[in-house]
Amino acid sequence: MSDPVIIAENISKAYRLGQFGSGTLTNDLKGWWAKARGKPNPLLKIGQEELDGKTLWALREVSFSVEPGLVLGIIGRNGAGKSTVLKILSRVTAPTTGHMYVKGRIASLLEVGTGFHPELTGRENIYLNGAILGMKRGEIDRKFDEILDFSEVEQFIDTPVKRYSSGMYVRLAFAVAAHLEPEILVVDEVLAVGDVEFQKKCLGKMGDVAREEGRTVLFVSHNMSAILRLTQESIVLEKGHLVMRASTAEAVDYYLSGGNAQAGERIWDVDEVPPDATPFRPISLRLLDKAGKIVDTVRSTEAFKIEMEYALSAPLTGLRIGIYLSTARGEYVLTSFDTDDQKHFEKHGSRPAGHYVSGCMLPPDFLNGGRYTLGVNASSYRVRRYFMDEQALTFNVDTSGAPGMQWAEPRPGILRPRLEWKIETK
Amino acid sequence: MAKFAMAKSDRVQTSSHNWDMVIGPQRNLFDLRLRELLHSSDLIMLFVRRDFVSVYKQTILGPLWYLIQPLLTTIIFTVIFGNIAKLPTDGLPQFLFYMSGTVIWTYFASCLTKTSDTFVTNASLFGKVYFPRLTVPISILISNLIAFAIQFGFFLAFMGYFALQGTQLHPNWWILLTPVLLLMMAGLGLGFGIIVSSLTTKYRDLRFLVQFGAQLLMYVTPVIYPTSSLSHRFQVLIQFNPMSSVVEAFRYAYLGGGTVDLVQLAYSFGIMLVVIIIGVIMFNRVEATFMDTV
Repeated sequence: MSDPVIIAENISKAYRLGQFGSGTLTNDLKGWWAKARGKPNPLLKIGQEELDGKTLWALREVSFSVEPGLVLGIIGRNGAGKSTVLKILSRVTAPTTGHMYVKGRIASLLEVGTGFHPELTGRENIYLNGAILGMKRGEIDRKFDEILDFSEVEQFIDTPVKRYSSGMYVRLAFAVAAHLEPEILVVDEVLAVGDVEFQKKCLGKMGDVAREEGRTVLFVSHNMSAILRLTQESIVLEKGHLVMRASTAEAVDYYLSGGNAQAGERIWDVDEVPPDATPFRPISLRLLDKAGKIVDTVRSTEAFKIEMEYALSAPLTGLRIGIYLSTARGEYVLTSFDTDDQKHFEKHGSRPAGHYVSGCMLPPDFLNGGRYTLGVNASSYRVRRYFMDEQALTFNVDTSGAPGMQWAEPRPGILRPRLEWKIETK
Repeated sequence: MAKFAMAKSDRVQTSSHNWDMVIGPQRNLFDLRLRELLHSSDLIMLFVRRDFVSVYKQTILGPLWYLIQPLLTTIIFTVIFGNIAKLPTDGLPQFLFYMSGTVIWTYFASCLTKTSDTFVTNASLFGKVYFPRLTVPISILISNLIAFAIQFGFFLAFMGYFALQGTQLHPNWWILLTPVLLLMMAGLGLGFGIIVSSLTTKYRDLRFLVQFGAQLLMYVTPVIYPTSSLSHRFQVLIQFNPMSSVVEAFRYAYLGGGTVDLVQLAYSFGIMLVVIIIGVIMFNRVEATFMDTV
């Protein structure tokens, strides 16, 4: 194996939450002045010890190394520290402790189009953006035609980019970045925008960069199918800790199954629930088959039940429990609330404190085979969101016995309904 | 135990390699990465171009604004300070006296106020990519220098006009000092500007302070009055202002009124070096983590 091009050694990053000082010089001076006279800081609220906010560790002792030519995926939930890793690597912010060692030029695509100026033309922005990303003028001159070609905005190249559609904007921006030729490319969620065709093209370009040109790519995305397609190896971050480094298939599986969550059921420990959820406290979300057994795989041809168990420590008005069903790739299938029905809406307009289970049945012959994610949310419409977990549970749908199984081909689509066909001869 | 062993072997590797970049928590105070800055000359020039091209887009008069601003200011100064307040002008034509002051002062003031906003106005850009951050204030100095050249050319045209009308002007060899004077103004503006910009990441108040502070500062600089018109006590006082000697020297070189005081200029030059060094050090320290506080 060749020598690594990146070594991260015990990287930690702390963010201070809340106030940095008090934000204005006069208030800080007042605080110091009070301290100097031995009096309590007049700006502190009663009972508050110090203006200091809490410290949040976005990353904790993360170490890894990356060999040249590797496309490494970084997987984790929101707030797991993925973006912080990339930010440190691209030198946008410095780590609190630890070091990163890097060989070669790094280019980061933390959101494309950085530094585009709306008043400048496409052409001017190619030069400006290229230079911001670290290219020399001569380099851009050489690659200009290639960039233009890739971006597909040739006709509008001398139009100010503020007149571009968002798709054109992203295409141009990605085109510049894709032609940077860095030794290490850092990519974060660029593929969230642009049309499907262009996304494919970008993924293809990234693949080429790694395979043919032997460059190293670090890729962060919530799009698991893109991660699976592009990367061989991935690391999984959880609450700032690196919990796993494995082949991407294994890592994605671990991530989708919610790490250590029990199959078919997600139970929230008390310390997992943010304090601002009160009076709402989630207890568990589970998936039940016809027989009432907790399962992590349901059959496409059978109905199944989703149950959310929770407690209220105080009465709540207008509370609704919502479920979000989406595919593992993040496409939404449906959203539903327990008080969708007018009857329930009126009857449960306010709920006294107590212990509840909101449950619903999903019909048979509904979902196609594959992996699905279930999210949950507790809110009062336009008042407050008490609790939310977008990826509370994942489960599989098995298609045995579903319509069309006489052919062993995978069938595109999210739904697999049993439609009533008529075949008539005329 | 296994984890420990891995960390240890990594350490051996890290020390034996020839790394291009080491990213650590806090840089050495004097690790200013100036070489990196030199490599970014293309970027600086593109920033200059961006500022220049974008400023007057969608305006009717476009670059003419570069001329209108000093012209109107000069006319107003001539009317108010010259005709109503009747301040002396070292025997120079009032119009040229105020115009030279305005054009010179504008360069310093715009360098100061624009660089002082570096972190706040570029927060979204700085938050996404790394490039040497000092390229931004330096590009501001250069785009302002271009504006200054245009305005100063305008001033020279008026000088020519007054000379043709038979006014006695005395441009002299001190004109050769122009580049040094420009360097001092740019340096002072940059130094103070980046000190303020480093502090504004924490204290937003300073932005406002600088905006109107620059205006107030003009009144303790011999812009609308000559130093010679002040009592000795006040003369000593305004000589603490490093900009005073620069403005006076400029005026003496081109119009022949005022004074060139080499000791004063050396003092200003020294101040400039000190603020630049302090500024660059502060700027570099803030740059590493300012994204966490903005």
